[in-house]
Amino acid sequence: MSTTTPGPLQQTSATFVGMPTFPQAARAALANTQQRKNLRHATHTIRGKRERVVAEVPEWEALRVAGAEAKDEALTHLGDYLEQLEASLTSNGATVHWARDAQEANRIVLDIVRSKEVDEVVKVKSMVTQEIELNEALEAAGIHAWETDLAELIVQLGHDRPSHILVPAIHRNRSEIREIFLREMGTVGRPAPDDLTDDPARLAEAARLHLREKFLRAKVGVSGANFAVADTGTLVVVESEGNGRMCLTLPETLISVVGIEKVIPSWEDLAPMLQLLPRSSTGERMNPYTTMWTGVHEGDGPQEVHVVLLDNGRSHVLADRVGRQALRCIRCSACLNVCPVYERTGGHAYGSVYPGPIGAVLNPQLRGTASTIDKSLPYASSLCGACFDACPVRINIPELLVELRGQVVEQEGRTAESAAMRAAAWVLSDPKRLAGAQKAAATAGRVVGTRTVRSVPGLGAWTNARDLPTLPTESFRQWWARERGEDDR
Amino acid sequence: MSAPARPVADLKVALFATCFNDTMWPETPKATVSLLERLGCRVEFPMEQTCCGQMLTNTGYGSKAGALVRRFVDVFEGYDAVVAPSGSCVGSVREQHPGIVELVGDDRLASRVEHLTPKVYELSEFLVDVLGVTDVGAYFPHRVTYHPTCHSLRMLRVGDRPLQLLRAVRGIDLVELPGAQECCGFGGTFAMKNADVSIAMGADKVRHVLETGAEVLVAGDNSCLAHIGGLLGRQRSGVRRMHLAEVLASTEEDQA
Repeated sequence: MSTTTPGPLQQTSATFVGMPTFPQAARAALANTQQRKNLRHATHTIRGKRERVVAEVPEWEALRVAGAEAKDEALTHLGDYLEQLEASLTSNGATVHWARDAQEANRIVLDIVRSKEVDEVVKVKSMVTQEIELNEALEAAGIHAWETDLAELIVQLGHDRPSHILVPAIHRNRSEIREIFLREMGTVGRPAPDDLTDDPARLAEAARLHLREKFLRAKVGVSGANFAVADTGTLVVVESEGNGRMCLTLPETLISVVGIEKVIPSWEDLAPMLQLLPRSSTGERMNPYTTMWTGVHEGDGPQEVHVVLLDNGRSHVLADRVGRQALRCIRCSACLNVCPVYERTGGHAYGSVYPGPIGAVLNPQLRGTASTIDKSLPYASSLCGACFDACPVRINIPELLVELRGQVVEQEGRTAESAAMRAAAWVLSDPKRLAGAQKAAATAGRVVGTRTVRSVPGLGAWTNARDLPTLPTESFRQWWARERGEDDR
Repeated sequence: MSAPARPVADLKVALFATCFNDTMWPETPKATVSLLERLGCRVEFPMEQTCCGQMLTNTGYGSKAGALVRRFVDVFEGYDAVVAPSGSCVGSVREQHPGIVELVGDDRLASRVEHLTPKVYELSEFLVDVLGVTDVGAYFPHRVTYHPTCHSLRMLRVGDRPLQLLRAVRGIDLVELPGAQECCGFGGTFAMKNADVSIAMGADKVRHVLETGAEVLVAGDNSCLAHIGGLLGRQRSGVRRMHLAEVLASTEEDQA
């Protein structure tokens, strides 16, 4: 482990400060029936596709292990690989910047953009720039950041936030998208045609024409990276639409913001990753566009390349023995698509750009558990385990959730719940005490009889929609003692 | 009834009733005993047993579960096999006990846990893998659908063992549950802490159960059944919930 002391925590961004707890945010999301329908349809479609293409690979488990091992190797010697990455990038003609947090990263990007004397940049979909809220920082400085991924464009035009890592507009259906295009495109560039329908091909065409103007005009492109290969200094961007490739090739200056956990040791390690990622994310055997970008090449593509290597809480996660496996995440979204909780609440309830099961573990690790939302996220799961099964790099999300619950409990100190749990532990640690509690339950059972109990004070969360089970009049223990002649406890 | 793969009378089998079944659903451990005895097992119920500690661990109080793990090992390590009618509790023993012991930092206990854990079986695993039976001689002439609980499915990987057992039951009309592998929304304290999401998940499960037209919903965990059954009851659906052990223990005389 090259890093043993935890780094600083990530600052919760202004957008998410004061977020309600997950259960509160979830209640609001559950009431949105259109969104629930959209989410159910979309997650089930991707889920089915993923299952089919994963089943085609006989050595899937071996691939998962290879993927996890490559990431673990990088994380275990992160300092060394980052230095190697910096050296290879530099020798390829790129300029490397280091950013401890969001503020520092945004300032670096802003300084570069300002030095080019432009008032706009084009962006390829990037989670990390959403994490640091780069668009907002640029906007505050009078610079427009145009999202060019189709779904990101929908979210941006809709003055909305992404609800999914891979399919940011998953919560929208096509008639909603048509309305957004008609209403908003004209305000920021080429308007949508008046006769626009909600036919997907027509919607895509409107987006293509709208974006084309921006691609051809922009002098600066901003990207993230799916992988950063240490030994070759190559940044890898994986996408479906080709808009990313436009951003990476057309502008004169390219700025790539890359989380430090994106580094993988060698070119060979890309092999499992590029098999795992598309099957897990879009349910495709191979993604349509894989762009590998190695520095500056005269007369070909951007002539100035900047790479901003960002910590923003990652080294803090790295220092946690159990928690660091979350940094293996390759942002495929497979865990979101199989999660029954995410399917019903959508992404906004998680109070971060990282929603779903991975968000429920990553956010409280990156940001700590001081805020109400981060405290509640480890409990935003039924621990059904579908996320662990789907994860292509074997992140044991249920294990992490339980670990984080322990941290929340420790931080909270004495509460009504901790008192109840201490009492439960006391009862359960001794069979005589358990038998005593069971006798009390059996007495209640005799009083209530077979009547259906519809409400019990303090159990409102259960009895609002669910009957309580009928209490037995005798525990198994009592029965056994009576029938099998042991002492009655 | 097919013949057991090996003589079972010599096996020293302990029933781990689980605290939840012991207190709330005594019919399930009773059925487990009756079934195992019918198949020739000598079953003991060590009275010193209490709980696997899952509720504490999953709520974030794993440090308080150390004493329960120690008790579990003390009580059960002398047996050839420990059988529990709960995928969830067996999952906790297998997946969580080693971690709790690590938290407590007791190497001696860790090796005892490591030795005991492989001998702890969920009921369907014990029947199919250890006793080598799928036809347990049961009779249950009802339309049944089976919900594979998450911990049986994804922690224990019991696969289709429960279905093999159910298919061999005489008189049964076993119908497939749509979306069977999806969580019902119980999830221990999740059902209370995130009650709205839990109920939304349960409502979809109930819809699927009703689609099958089954009279009886069967599963290997009473916790999930309490949640789904609680929703079914509130809807006055008339669908009964039963533990797998109770169906497998049923005989012609019971149904008469």
